[in-house]
Amino acid sequence: MKVRIKFSKKGPVKFVGHLDTMRYFQKAIRRAELPIAFSGGYSPHMIMSFAAPLGVGIESQGEYFDIELTRTVPTDEIVSRLNAVMTEGVHVISARQVEDGKAGKAMSLVAAADYFVQFREGKEPKCSWKERITEFLSQTEILVTKTGKKGERQVNIRPFIYKMELRGDKIFLMLASASANYTKPETVMEAFVKWLGEDYPDFACMVERLEVYADKGTEECHQFVTLEALGEKVE
Amino acid sequence: MRNLALSDEILMSVDKAARYIGGEVNSVMKDKEKVDIRFAMCFPDVYEIGMSNLGMMILYNMFNEREDVWCERVFSPWTDLDKLMREKKIPLFALESQEPVKEFDFLGITLGYEMCYTNILQILDLSGIPLLAKDRGEEFPIVIGGGACAYNPEPLADFFDLFYIGEGEMVYDALFDAYKANKAAGGTKEDFLMRAAQVPGIYVPAFYDVTYKEDGTIASFAPNRPEVPEKVKKQLIVDMDKGYRPIEKPVVPFIKATQDRVTLEIQRGCIRGCRFCQAGMIYRPTRERDVEALKASAREMLKNTGHEEISLSSLSSSDYTQLEELVTFLIEEFKEKGVNISLPSLRIDAFALDVMSKVQDIKKSSLTFAPEAGSQRLRDVINKGLTEEDILHGAKEAFLGGWNRVKLYFMLGLPTETEEDMKGIAHLAEKIAEEYYDTVPKEKRHGKVQIVVSTSFFVPKPFTPFQWAGMYSEQNFIDKAKVVKEEIRAQLNQKSIKYNWHEPDVTILEGFLARGDRKCGKVILKAYENGALYDAWSESFHYEIWQQAFEETNTDLDFYTLRERDVDEILPWDFIDAGVTKEFLAREWKHAKEGVVTPNCRKRCSGCGVKQYGGGVCYEGKN
Repeated sequence: MKVRIKFSKKGPVKFVGHLDTMRYFQKAIRRAELPIAFSGGYSPHMIMSFAAPLGVGIESQGEYFDIELTRTVPTDEIVSRLNAVMTEGVHVISARQVEDGKAGKAMSLVAAADYFVQFREGKEPKCSWKERITEFLSQTEILVTKTGKKGERQVNIRPFIYKMELRGDKIFLMLASASANYTKPETVMEAFVKWLGEDYPDFACMVERLEVYADKGTEECHQFVTLEALGEKVE
Repeated sequence: MRNLALSDEILMSVDKAARYIGGEVNSVMKDKEKVDIRFAMCFPDVYEIGMSNLGMMILYNMFNEREDVWCERVFSPWTDLDKLMREKKIPLFALESQEPVKEFDFLGITLGYEMCYTNILQILDLSGIPLLAKDRGEEFPIVIGGGACAYNPEPLADFFDLFYIGEGEMVYDALFDAYKANKAAGGTKEDFLMRAAQVPGIYVPAFYDVTYKEDGTIASFAPNRPEVPEKVKKQLIVDMDKGYRPIEKPVVPFIKATQDRVTLEIQRGCIRGCRFCQAGMIYRPTRERDVEALKASAREMLKNTGHEEISLSSLSSSDYTQLEELVTFLIEEFKEKGVNISLPSLRIDAFALDVMSKVQDIKKSSLTFAPEAGSQRLRDVINKGLTEEDILHGAKEAFLGGWNRVKLYFMLGLPTETEEDMKGIAHLAEKIAEEYYDTVPKEKRHGKVQIVVSTSFFVPKPFTPFQWAGMYSEQNFIDKAKVVKEEIRAQLNQKSIKYNWHEPDVTILEGFLARGDRKCGKVILKAYENGALYDAWSESFHYEIWQQAFEETNTDLDFYTLRERDVDEILPWDFIDAGVTKEFLAREWKHAKEGVVTPNCRKRCSGCGVKQYGGGVCYEGKN
């Protein structure tokens, strides 16, 4: 049985990095005594795949990973057994049975993600920035410099910003998140603040990821569905 | 949700922020208003190292079982955070509550190894606690030290209010009760220290005075008040079945600790009596835990942590009488569940090879032997009961079983060592290589045999028969390593032998701190003030800082390291009764020089003195 787990990560545990979060769940699955499947060999490891790594310091309401169980367990039971062994700040939201095989692998499905971004106290732009989001977004080209293995290059990130709007004091972002077009919320915010003509200080924003999506549509006509919605409950 | 002591900005700018956040699975939260005693338990090294310390976890577990105590953890901030905390004047905090250490009743510091001494001063300093005990008023926590290095607490005497000598499980309940009684009676810190000094195993340095002879050796060491005992007696669990407090729920670190596994302590002490080994002397008598209790404990800890590996902890696992039963159980019960079983300190014999072939990949693993000395003569001197025949036989069996990697550990600078002994290291490695080519036919070899020879330099430790021995100078040590290196290069199979050796400067400092007296405290303080920190880490160890500290405090390093002590000399740690008597140690020192071996405790009692405790191997088969 292949199962997709959705969980949230809030508070101090946001400082637990991606690899350590994986290790955390490997141990949690053992504590919950779920019938997890292992790879063969002398040092067997759990068959487990995380959807999208979350940066250190970022909270999330919608993180995903897939696991393989050796027998069918009701999805509600998976949730309750995992939640019984969680630590402060990590909570399992749902478990869904998903289709087997590589095509269904959580990581390769990721196409987009939602975020809330908020300026930290004292680090918001001095101008009246809230009114200028629409104008920023109306540009056809937003160039940022990316430093990769081949040195610096200019990338237009405008096509990768699917949504950007003010919600209360926060900015809501929906950004491309596939491996080829993965766009960090900090990159967008830095481009925005610089476009406003101001400096972007270190750690200017607090970021929270809200949801991760697959794309069931096409390049021209996206049809985003949450990774959770691709699976089914099992009684 | 808990608030953190450090801001997001700080946590996002330091390496491995999860070191500082607490909140791990099985960490203990309590309501501070509902406890009488807040205890900050510190391991003065970085989180990943400290969280691997079994002693600290045993005490953390035990203290928190008391409803009136909340024990939290404290580790050394890494150098990046250390710098930021000093700049921004952020006080050091405990992981669970994230509250300043300064507000606690106790700060307990584990003394695991000598090279963490400057980190102890860092802990005090960052906490805002005056470094010298005499400068600390009523408002500061009581600073207590314990662990292996507490068997010579004198170099640290100026910095601590008290030490406990022995296994912590025995002392703390009485100490906490004394603390509460003193508080209830409106007593001062000094009143508490007086009560504490009367708890067996507790040493309050302020209540003892030392005088020195002109040559720098100790003239007298005595209590300065009548109520305080002249000798402080090591405390230990006599009956492991009744007294051992198994950890049920070990804390599970978020980041990978050095020991990222369940540690199952199978016994304490060692029957072997190697003359260089402090642990083998101070943890006597050997006391085994019941195999059924160990099975239950293994099950419980694996279930409560979710760790994917379990390791047996003891000084010499092969001497545990129920080892076969235990290991068979672990393999049968857990191997299928994907739990790795790690078996350090196994003597290589048929049983060990059989077990190892079941729990690890032969192609990837190696055999480890610790002959410690290169010749049989010197192995007799140090009472290491491993013979060349044992090693060659074990290696042969292993080669037949498919292994082709061998690790060999030796010490250089042991008492009575000659050039022949050093060269013997190379010759032994060569014989093992030859054994491989003689044993394994060409078509069955997986490439060359790989032998790794590692040498460390010998450090004499208190409460060992070598506590009187002189050490060598830095140049001597380097020359010794050169002899080994050149002799290895002269061997026929030299291409199969790799040689590693440790830097001698850290060793010399370790030797200084291990056998130092109270006067050494000022050197540690000066070195810390001059910037010494994380001396146990080669990347942050700077010998020049220490050399400067010796100069500025006018301290003669050679007096502490090079000098062989007379058996009649008053040693700084003589006021401690560690169970083994000075007469026994002196007898062993004499036997060492004569090359006379002493059989292990199960073969024949050597009359070391620990029989007085009334338990363990001394009474095996006599109940």
